[in-house]
Amino acid sequence: MEKNIFNKYTFYWILTVALFYLAIQGLISANILRAYYQSILLLIGINIILALGLNLIIGITGQFSLGHAGYMAIGAYSAAITLKYVNGIQGLILGMLIGALITALIAFLVGLPVLRLKGDYLAIATLGVGEIIRIIILNLDITNKAAGINNIDRLASIPLIFGFVILAVIVTSNFKRSALGRACISIFQDEIASEAMGINVTRYKVMSFIFGAILASFGGALFATTYSVVRPEFFGLNQSIDTLVIVVFGGMGSLTGTVVAAFALGIINLLLQPLGDTRMILYAMALIAIMIFRPKGLMGSFEASWKNFKLRKPKLAHGKVNE
Amino acid sequence: MTQFLQQIVNGLSLGSIYALIALGYTMVYGIIKLINFAHGDMYMLGAYFGFIAITILKLDFLPSLVITMTATAIIGIMIERIAYRPLRHSTRVVALITAIGVSFLLQNSVAKIMGVSIKGFPMDTLPTQTWHIFGIVITLKQLIILVTAVVLMVLLTVIVQKTKVGRAMRAVAVDADAARLMGINVDNIISLTFAIGSALAAAAGILVGVYYNSIDPLMGIAPGLKAFVAAVFGGIGIIPGAMIGGFTIGITEVLISGYWSSMFKDAIVYGLLIFVLLVKPSGLLGKNRKEKV
Amino acid sequence: MSLLSVQKLTKNFGGITAVSNVSFTVETGELVGLIGPNGAGKTTLFNVLTGVYDPTEGKILLTKGDKTIELSKLPPYKITHHGVARTFQNIRLFKDLSALDNVKIAMNEDAQYGLIGALLRLPRFYRSETDIDQRARAFLKEVHLDELAEIKAKNLPYGKQRQLEIARAMATGAKILFLDEPAAGMNPQETQALTKFIKDIKTKMNLTIVLIEHDMSLVMEICERIFVLDYGKLIAEGTPDQIKHNPKVIEAYLGDED
Repeated sequence: MEKNIFNKYTFYWILTVALFYLAIQGLISANILRAYYQSILLLIGINIILALGLNLIIGITGQFSLGHAGYMAIGAYSAAITLKYVNGIQGLILGMLIGALITALIAFLVGLPVLRLKGDYLAIATLGVGEIIRIIILNLDITNKAAGINNIDRLASIPLIFGFVILAVIVTSNFKRSALGRACISIFQDEIASEAMGINVTRYKVMSFIFGAILASFGGALFATTYSVVRPEFFGLNQSIDTLVIVVFGGMGSLTGTVVAAFALGIINLLLQPLGDTRMILYAMALIAIMIFRPKGLMGSFEASWKNFKLRKPKLAHGKVNE
Repeated sequence: MTQFLQQIVNGLSLGSIYALIALGYTMVYGIIKLINFAHGDMYMLGAYFGFIAITILKLDFLPSLVITMTATAIIGIMIERIAYRPLRHSTRVVALITAIGVSFLLQNSVAKIMGVSIKGFPMDTLPTQTWHIFGIVITLKQLIILVTAVVLMVLLTVIVQKTKVGRAMRAVAVDADAARLMGINVDNIISLTFAIGSALAAAAGILVGVYYNSIDPLMGIAPGLKAFVAAVFGGIGIIPGAMIGGFTIGITEVLISGYWSSMFKDAIVYGLLIFVLLVKPSGLLGKNRKEKV
Repeated sequence: MSLLSVQKLTKNFGGITAVSNVSFTVETGELVGLIGPNGAGKTTLFNVLTGVYDPTEGKILLTKGDKTIELSKLPPYKITHHGVARTFQNIRLFKDLSALDNVKIAMNEDAQYGLIGALLRLPRFYRSETDIDQRARAFLKEVHLDELAEIKAKNLPYGKQRQLEIARAMATGAKILFLDEPAAGMNPQETQALTKFIKDIKTKMNLTIVLIEHDMSLVMEICERIFVLDYGKLIAEGTPDQIKHNPKVIEAYLGDED
């Protein structure tokens, strides 16, 4: 255990992130990463933020949620509406804060009763909540009903999204590798034993539920400012499922997996693009094949870690919670 | 009062559709604990098979119904064999995503083969007879939907409760391993369950096609979700529960649209579902089971 | 005042009375056995005592310092915070986590930081985590499981899993341990190792233990006092010798002559 945050592993990570960022910028200035690819990179970034939030709820705490798109919608609309009154980055940040506040409140009010449910019942209840949020947005004047909101300030850029992705990775991984994260993991492992060990199960379930929902709302806000348009139909069950696929494809509970899977799926989508309407057929078949042949996802429960990284031992230690 | 009864009549036909789809959901869940998200698409397939049988093969309603149910049942069996059987011991989430994959596959394949645009059944598939009873309008189509649904439900209940196969199905639902030890071919029973569930959904599909005269590749999503809600509402895994759930949701929806606003009907249905789950977590007819400590 | 005082405890499930009007006390430092035929209501009694079920009637009073705490309306985690912990009949370890993490989770209450401290990795996070890590390792050493610290619970041998589960319950800071059939499914060697383990930790950590067990050799060897439950009722209480010769107990186990 390191004594404080100023240790060599922190330094390694800063270096890794910096190099990665420079590589992207390099590819952009060399005109290899053209505007189209940059826009895909933005989408991958947003997907990472959404999926990290969902992974906290599903992969770490083990609470099956299918209502993620609802919280994403709250974030997206909060940002879109705020940006009508306050321009620029301040507007976005303010919108994100408002969105996070509303999301946290709703996630709390919903989570407290609903998280008593288990497994599939919880899934269908959260799906219901997500749909209710969407239907309310569809009927409100402030959200402009079915037409949605257009011409939202386009503030998204590679550095902005990159910054938020890094922030999301830091907070989720710090959460996972703390006493709070251990409590959540123990709930996933065995709720009854967890409670018998003195863990206030409801408290941690609701906590991770709110935390994940807030990340979804941030993802939604960035989505709004990236695409400049939000409409209720964007935030249906399909959006929740897209995010869920990233989490499961990456490996439940593995934050590394989430990041890798978001990239992998982004690239698969890109490669399938020229195929037109056969694309979705192939995508669906790929999804089925992946689940059959690699049900633990790309990464299983592996987490990238400089601490466990050894040059002479290429196979890294699996399944540890605490590095 | 007349208006209310009229709404109930309309709600009953919508409810029969939901109930038919919900039965498949509930049977599959009861036997392998899988939320078969692709089940709504079996209903869509049924509508398309029905469309082919009626408009291309120029068959009458009844033979079309039989052909549609058979064809969809075969596809149901194939899906179970290819996609779900390898995952029988995997986690719920993985199985769910596979089912979602199957759902995408069906939707997009049908879109590719039949086109994405809305297709219409011929208006004269069934006679457009209507009756006026005490001011309530009842159409022949509504009657056929209700009668077909009720006949199929009675048939299903008889199969499940009175036959040897039905007993085997119930045994597998309770404990597949024990059933296997008793000499039941569990794989065949699961296939059969998928076949029956798919056939019922297909019947719902063709009925809707005939009733509304319009079908499209994505038509299964919303009713599929509603039917799932109906199944959970009634107590998932319980056959009478799916029927009650289906009719409840159908009638609720029609009443809300009739008396208030159709915009909020889905929200109310989901609200009702959440309420039922919180009060009685295993659904209306479900037994509350606490994990044994 | 006894450490634990159970007064007229009753638990009904629908029409069935699983625990019926049970009263008993446990003194500090005792090792008490709870025996009875299958279905006598032993595990249900444990579940009521540890808060998994609320009692239908009756009181559970715990003496803590000079205070008396009523446990019967508290949720399980709060009962654990008051120093009452348990193990389960069918081992409930956190299977995919290491032995060390299993123990750390039991020590979670000791974490001296909240959400902010964790997310920002403030100095108090490192201080507290280092402390928990050291204490968890020291604790495992104390119970002779330190060599297994990094092994996933599910990969431990069966006997060690039972021991780890007991150790994990102790790590919550428990003063009273409820052990539900700790020797179930063990061979004689494993049972012997377990008997020694329980004796050891009891003296070392100054614990009070109540255990359910079917293995009579174990019960007779380590228990100072035994309660016998039959059809939810307490039918006998006494030293191992007294219990062995109690006609009611013999009848409960062997059934009526006619």
